Amino acid sequence: MSRFVRAIVGPRVPPAEFARRPVRYALPTLIFMAARVLLIVSIFFPYWHMELDAPQYPNGLFLTAYCNLLTGDVREIDGLNHYIGMRPLGEAAQFERAAAIYMIIAMFLLIEGAAFIHSKWAVLLAIPAITFPAGFYIDLFYWMRKFGMNLDPEAPLSSSVKPFVPTVIGEGGIGQFKTYAEWGTGYWLAVWAAGLIVVGFLFHMRAYRPLFKKMKAGALGA
Amino acid sequence: MMRGSKVAGARGAWRLTLVGGLALTMLAPEAWAQQPGRRRRGGGAEAAPIEITAEQTAQLTRIANDRKLNFDDLMAAAKTFMPSGRHDEYVLFASGGQSGQIFAIGVPSMRLLRSIAVFTPESWQGYGFGGDTDPVRERLRINGRDVQWGDTHHPALSETKGDYDGQFLFIGDKANARLGVIDLRDWETKQIVKNPLTLSSHGAAFVTPNTDYIIEGGQYPTTLGSSYAPISEYKEKYRGMVTMWKFDRMKGRIDESQSFALELPPYWQDLADAGKLASDGWFFVNSFNTEMATGGIEDGNPPFEAGASKRDMDYLHIVNWKKAEAAFKAGKAEMINGFPVLRLSTLASEGIMYFAPEPKSPHGVDVTPNGQYMVVAGKLDPHVTVYSMEKIKKAIADKAFSGTDDFGIPVLNFDAVMEAQVELGLGPLHTQFDDKGYAYTSLFLDSAVARWSLGGEYDALNDDRPWKLVQKTPVQYNIGHLCAAEGDTVSPDGRYLISMSKWSVDRFLPTGPLLPQNFQLLDIVEPGTTMPVIYDSPIGVGEPHYCQMIKADKLQTWTVYPEVGWDPHTQAISPNAPKSGQEGVTRNGSQVLVNMTAVRSHFVPEHVVVNEGDTVTWRITVVETAQDATHGFCIGGYNINLSMEPSEYLEFTFVADQPGTFPFYCTEFCSALHLEMAGYLYVKPKDAGAQAPAEGSEAVASGSK
Repeated sequence: MSRFVRAIVGPRVPPAEFARRPVRYALPTLIFMAARVLLIVSIFFPYWHMELDAPQYPNGLFLTAYCNLLTGDVREIDGLNHYIGMRPLGEAAQFERAAAIYMIIAMFLLIEGAAFIHSKWAVLLAIPAITFPAGFYIDLFYWMRKFGMNLDPEAPLSSSVKPFVPTVIGEGGIGQFKTYAEWGTGYWLAVWAAGLIVVGFLFHMRAYRPLFKKMKAGALGA
Repeated sequence: MMRGSKVAGARGAWRLTLVGGLALTMLAPEAWAQQPGRRRRGGGAEAAPIEITAEQTAQLTRIANDRKLNFDDLMAAAKTFMPSGRHDEYVLFASGGQSGQIFAIGVPSMRLLRSIAVFTPESWQGYGFGGDTDPVRERLRINGRDVQWGDTHHPALSETKGDYDGQFLFIGDKANARLGVIDLRDWETKQIVKNPLTLSSHGAAFVTPNTDYIIEGGQYPTTLGSSYAPISEYKEKYRGMVTMWKFDRMKGRIDESQSFALELPPYWQDLADAGKLASDGWFFVNSFNTEMATGGIEDGNPPFEAGASKRDMDYLHIVNWKKAEAAFKAGKAEMINGFPVLRLSTLASEGIMYFAPEPKSPHGVDVTPNGQYMVVAGKLDPHVTVYSMEKIKKAIADKAFSGTDDFGIPVLNFDAVMEAQVELGLGPLHTQFDDKGYAYTSLFLDSAVARWSLGGEYDALNDDRPWKLVQKTPVQYNIGHLCAAEGDTVSPDGRYLISMSKWSVDRFLPTGPLLPQNFQLLDIVEPGTTMPVIYDSPIGVGEPHYCQMIKADKLQTWTVYPEVGWDPHTQAISPNAPKSGQEGVTRNGSQVLVNMTAVRSHFVPEHVVVNEGDTVTWRITVVETAQDATHGFCIGGYNINLSMEPSEYLEFTFVADQPGTFPFYCTEFCSALHLEMAGYLYVKPKDAGAQAPAEGSEAVASGSK
């Protein structure tokens, strides 16, 4: 192993040292592992819900966004949206939905990598997963704003419904509809994963910083 | 060494994680995504226990006095009123009489939910208004003639083990000897079969306990096949019949090829009922005019009404249908008018049918829930006569016959088979049952419902002595059938009872000389009390006969067709259903095919151009999935109107023989832009000479954008 690689990958834990303080060295890896599990599990849970209530829909209409899928009463909502000239929801975030699973797998692998790297460079690998929830929110806002602000001026109700920014989270309204949007379990799992990674790095630092310093000192001394 | 193995271990873990992760990803099917969202708002107001305050009592009292209501009236209102949004507990499927329809009514509110067109074209449902070759119109044709009505009599819900299963509904047309089959997933008539042997059938429909067969009993004898025969040959040539229609539950259709009939003597067969449990494998048909009176008042003969009522006894027909089925399968049936018939001689020689004397001219025969007793209502006799299945079986085994009738059918000794006679009052017609050992019989002449106690194993269920009249409640007026909640099944509920009163006289505001029928709701829950009438419901369409009341939660009704492009005739997605983006008009000679979609609030295409004389086949897919987002489609002047329910696929064909410009539009107020949901059909006159196709497709192209 070249010196450069060693500087990035950081020091290995000598078996005797590991045996002496197993919790200290295992903890960051375990926390990262938990974060990875949460991230993968989040695929199976909705990231975002919206309920739309109107008098003639006593059971409400629902939109449910998974990281890779928009489902629920999409057809009905698209049908209604054509009156105000909003484009079909299926056209939104097509790339993001297609790439989501791969992105999550990539983040999964990067965190795995971060657990093996015992230097500050590990943080770099974890940045995508840490910023993922914020990125999801920004992307969702971007598309909703884009769709709400770009209504077809030729639509039947274009004179009564002006372009608007739909409410991404919380209570909103459009026409006779009241909308309620909230984060889903999947999103909270991703947030938890991000939080765990941050916590994991505290323990990562506690475990490897002394070793790294020692390694560096040893390398210089050599 | 140690380091090497650790690296190898790490590599293994990598792979495991990678493969595991991918596997997880593959497991993320769309099915996971169908979790219902969280509801923030409930539908109706929640019910919570109440306690009426003194002030509220005063309010209630004031309203009651203002409206001249007594306490019983308030109780009746409290028992029947349904708050907005609350669903009824039972659904009543009632014959619509001469309207040729079925009515579905909620109980206890008695609100009409909807009608189901069966034998009569009905424009709201688009039943029979689908162009020149509408399969419904074909279905309603008899011998090439459009017969556009039916005299619906007895609805029968399909049963499993003698209990309603909520899957299918059958009904007989007395006037034309037909049976209708309704699928209760979408509440639409799927099939009508015409009996090839006769033109009148009163005893239909009744189902065997697992709906293997639907029984259709005749009424007015003719020659089998309805050919001409003078009345002087009545005894030789005229015949009664009962037909066993085989039901194929998987297909949801009657299988005519597996159906057969029994030739009966020219008595006037009346109502029927299938045996169950103790009497499973048997069915029972009443008769009158065993005198074989042939009427002729104009020639100085006794009229039918007198001639047919001369003898003191008529015959209860007791039929072993399992034996009949075996004889039919063994090839012992003769073909008459293309339909297999077991002749009377076969019925006698195979021991398929027996007669039991019954007091003259009875009307209904109803089997008790345990199948042990047959209750024959006297009509002209103030009794119900109860027969025991056990005794019937024993009498047959012992050959306890008093002889045979003129056609060789053994007649069982009355005393050997009769269990009890209960005097109820004047004009007993029909009987239903509850879960507490009581029977309920309608008394036409007394205008009353009689509650009486059953014997045998039912005796233990109540404190009354067996076979005894317990209570009579007046109804208004001239009650025909009656119907208790699931009261003709193996497990009656004993909740509500409907009196189908034929005269309403003074019950409602006058409606001209033609008055509505009166469906009256009686509360029969508590045995020890009167059975108060708690609701009067005018039925201003037809003269309903029988009805059945099923627990609403047994119905597995679709709220929307399962998939877009659904063909209700096949209960499957139609390969012909136009898809969004594939709309258009194509021509092949003088055959024009229109592929259309409909969605709130437009048709695609909106312009259709054809030439005079073209045969136009028009296919429409309703691209809607929301509950109640129904559209209509009409072309004025061409007698076309369709009901287009969400996701439905419809097809109709007509000859564009009338040139002109025809607006077509959506006939259901589907949306705020409903009036805009329209288009034009242009039929170019022949002499105009211009070729339509190019313009037609052009118009389509612009319409589909």
